Amino acid sequence: MDNKKMKKTTKSSIITYAMVIAVYIIVEIMLKTGSMSSLMQGLLVPICVYIILAVSLNLTVGILGELSLGHAGFMCVGAFSGAFFTKVMAEIIPNVGVRLFFAILVGAAVAGLFGIIIGIPVLRLKGDYLAIVTLAFGEIIKNIVNVLYVGKDSVGLHLSTKDAVALKLAEGGEVIINGAQGITGTPHASTFTLGIILILVTLFIIMNLVNSRTGRAIMAIRDNLIAAESVGINITQYKLLAFAISAALAGVAGVLYAHNLSTLTALPKNFGYNMSIMILVFVVLGGIGNIKGSIISAVILTLLPELLRGLNNYRMLIYAIVLIAMMIFNSSPKAIELRMRLVEKFCIRKKKGAA
Amino acid sequence: MTFISYLINGISLGSVYAIIALGYTMVYGIAKMLNFAHGDIIMVGGFAVFLSVNSLGLPPLVGVLIAVIVCTALGVTIERVAYRSLRGASPLAVLITAIGVSYLLQNLALLLFGANTKSFSSVVTVPAIKLAEGQLTISGETIVTILSCVVIMIGLTTFIRKTKAGQAMLAVSEDRGAATLMGINVNGTIALTFAIGSALAAVAGVLLCSAYPSLTPYTGAMPGIKAFVAAVFGGIGSIPGAMIGGILLGIIENLSKAYISSQMADAIVFGVLIIVLLVRPTGILGKKIHEKV
Amino acid sequence: MHQEKERGCITMALLEVKDLNIAFGGLKAVDRFNITIEKGELYGLIGPNGAGKTTVFNLLTGVYKPDSGSISLDGKDITGKRTIDINQAGVARTFQNIRLFKNMSVLDNVKVGLHNNNKYSTIEGILRMPRYFKVEKEMNNRAMELLKVFGLQNECNFKASNLPYGKQRKLEIARALSTEPVLLLLDEPAAGMNPNETKELMDTIRFVRDEFGMTILLIEHDMKLVSGICEKLTVLNFGNVLAQGQTSQVLNNPQVISAYLGD
Repeated sequence: MDNKKMKKTTKSSIITYAMVIAVYIIVEIMLKTGSMSSLMQGLLVPICVYIILAVSLNLTVGILGELSLGHAGFMCVGAFSGAFFTKVMAEIIPNVGVRLFFAILVGAAVAGLFGIIIGIPVLRLKGDYLAIVTLAFGEIIKNIVNVLYVGKDSVGLHLSTKDAVALKLAEGGEVIINGAQGITGTPHASTFTLGIILILVTLFIIMNLVNSRTGRAIMAIRDNLIAAESVGINITQYKLLAFAISAALAGVAGVLYAHNLSTLTALPKNFGYNMSIMILVFVVLGGIGNIKGSIISAVILTLLPELLRGLNNYRMLIYAIVLIAMMIFNSSPKAIELRMRLVEKFCIRKKKGAA
Repeated sequence: MTFISYLINGISLGSVYAIIALGYTMVYGIAKMLNFAHGDIIMVGGFAVFLSVNSLGLPPLVGVLIAVIVCTALGVTIERVAYRSLRGASPLAVLITAIGVSYLLQNLALLLFGANTKSFSSVVTVPAIKLAEGQLTISGETIVTILSCVVIMIGLTTFIRKTKAGQAMLAVSEDRGAATLMGINVNGTIALTFAIGSALAAVAGVLLCSAYPSLTPYTGAMPGIKAFVAAVFGGIGSIPGAMIGGILLGIIENLSKAYISSQMADAIVFGVLIIVLLVRPTGILGKKIHEKV
Repeated sequence: MHQEKERGCITMALLEVKDLNIAFGGLKAVDRFNITIEKGELYGLIGPNGAGKTTVFNLLTGVYKPDSGSISLDGKDITGKRTIDINQAGVARTFQNIRLFKNMSVLDNVKVGLHNNNKYSTIEGILRMPRYFKVEKEMNNRAMELLKVFGLQNECNFKASNLPYGKQRKLEIARALSTEPVLLLLDEPAAGMNPNETKELMDTIRFVRDEFGMTILLIEHDMKLVSGICEKLTVLNFGNVLAQGQTSQVLNNPQVISAYLGD
């Protein structure tokens, strides 16, 4: 009995890994044979970024059961701390690959730390209140990054929130984070292969976490907080843990994102609440708590506007309509009932046919 | 003097937030949903006035009336088509649908009117007042905005207290099931709430665009979010709370723009929200929620 | 004289509650509540609706903090402690309105209860280190043992919310037991059960007491169950203790009868 269950979850995990690897192989073949448009090629790394974001947000929304609208904020923290690291360490670690590896760790650590700092006060709130506060934190992070100036010279690091001149850099010093102009000149080191590896690592962490003692505690909190407390689960500790892991993985996505661009700036488009909402849409449409679903919907919803590019001006409109229609079809009580009836009818007919 | 002038401008901006927040809070209180598309209705209201006044040359008051009618119809339609079928679905599904509606409105406007900023000419004809020997000028827009806010507040409170429909709204917000059993038309009441909320959004749109005369398909998004913050700030579901929250938010935003940093103003507004929620987890006037064990 | 002294020495009560008070607003929900439960006793807490029975449970488990009074478990003071600490001190409970981890499997519901007594770190869990497999195996075995006691072993992979009502109540008891308590609080375990299920439940409760050496305090409205298995009773009315003592005596107390039947 027990073995069967173990097998079931392991099987589901293996299918998920296999799915990612299969897509990787197909894409690689297409790249080698030159049968992929440059537009699609440009989307490969962003899709990896979105997948990591969606899967990691699913840990907060689906597994922990708390609504967060600030995921892009953690991505922003990861992106800037990772890119900052790569720039600062340019001389100390000349090898770009090694530097990126450490940058990913730094991005994850800093974003995770922010997850804890933000999580301690806000995780006491519930539902819509938590949603608005996480949104607020995301916006604050974006705002602060936009007025942040950091420079490096022979003396060390200089910090200001006014402008680049206020850094008072010595001769030969370099401005690394230049306020709203962000970070320029990060090595273009993110590749599709790296993206896939990071997706696999993310999946490994989250799926193993869910099927462990810690994951059960987190899901118990989601399902019934009072009961979880009554059997001795430390609510704050596990909520914070889930939130921090989710934030750290968003940070990883941020580092990947940052090293795919020559200029990294914090705009409403990439790190604002709209981005957080977009990731949430991936998670909800993929099925809350469903990791595989998050991956599939992140891919489809990123490709959809691009596939509709021929329709140019109408594409975002169609995207919006598809989104509304899918939500109603998936979640409306009436639609669910209708689907159930159709399935029943179909099954009965099938049985009759067989007889 | 400059401080007073910043303060008055803050109250004026806050009044706009308050009017939007009223719509947010009413819909939340009665339909228990975050209508993310509420901000975009403001934008639709702005465009309705822009077209009727600037393009068709109609008198401003007629323009405002048209905007109110358009937005009311739009709000009721959205509720009927998108939200009603999701009644009883998970709050998250409703939230995402509302986000979809928001995208839809923005992109529809983008398609119809383009991405260029339209310069909106104020519909307010009230002259500015000069006080303290000309040191303090209060613009006509400011006066009209603050007055509208007061009138709307009084009107809405009276409506809810004195009319049958208003009482029905209260009943539905308290307990939808019980309200149904008492013979209240719940669907009708929710539709009415959306109608009122959207009409208020139209007014807010006109006032906002008169004070800050630029109009794009994304004009409503940020004020919408801020008004939502204001509603939460004051205690979501509470009408006086939305009012207080909106005005406080406007003041904080304007004063931080003036005295701290214009780039950091939004961060400060959001920061204050977080602090308020940490001290009072359901906002300034929000009710405490207890879960029965 | 000699006898009394001996009793005082040997039997230290497992649960000793003194003058417990809590008020909500102006209403005294529980007023000067006293109870002493010896180890191994099957104790009933009864009273009309709204008498404050569940509030007593909430006070005992730290969901509410008492305004005054003291609670001691096995000689240790647990007054005003956090719910999780009280659970770790040895008090487990079930709920009047069933509170299972609905979307988790029956087996996992019990494994959550085993959380604190079977440990490996989060890192060991993610990296699937040897201890993960060892502890998970132990947890599975222990959980299955518990499920067998309640006849739930065949449903171990069911989603908890898919269990029939009676089995959900049993699963809640199994989950509570999995935390290895010394005192088990059952809040209306027979609510919504038919007479056959109730009879079966009575046997299970007795079995749990005998097999696990458990001390049980239960709230119940079903008088057949109460008079059938409880050795002692406390009757609450309007937050006050109306009567206390051996079951048969309490049930024949005229005040108790009038509280139940009305004046």
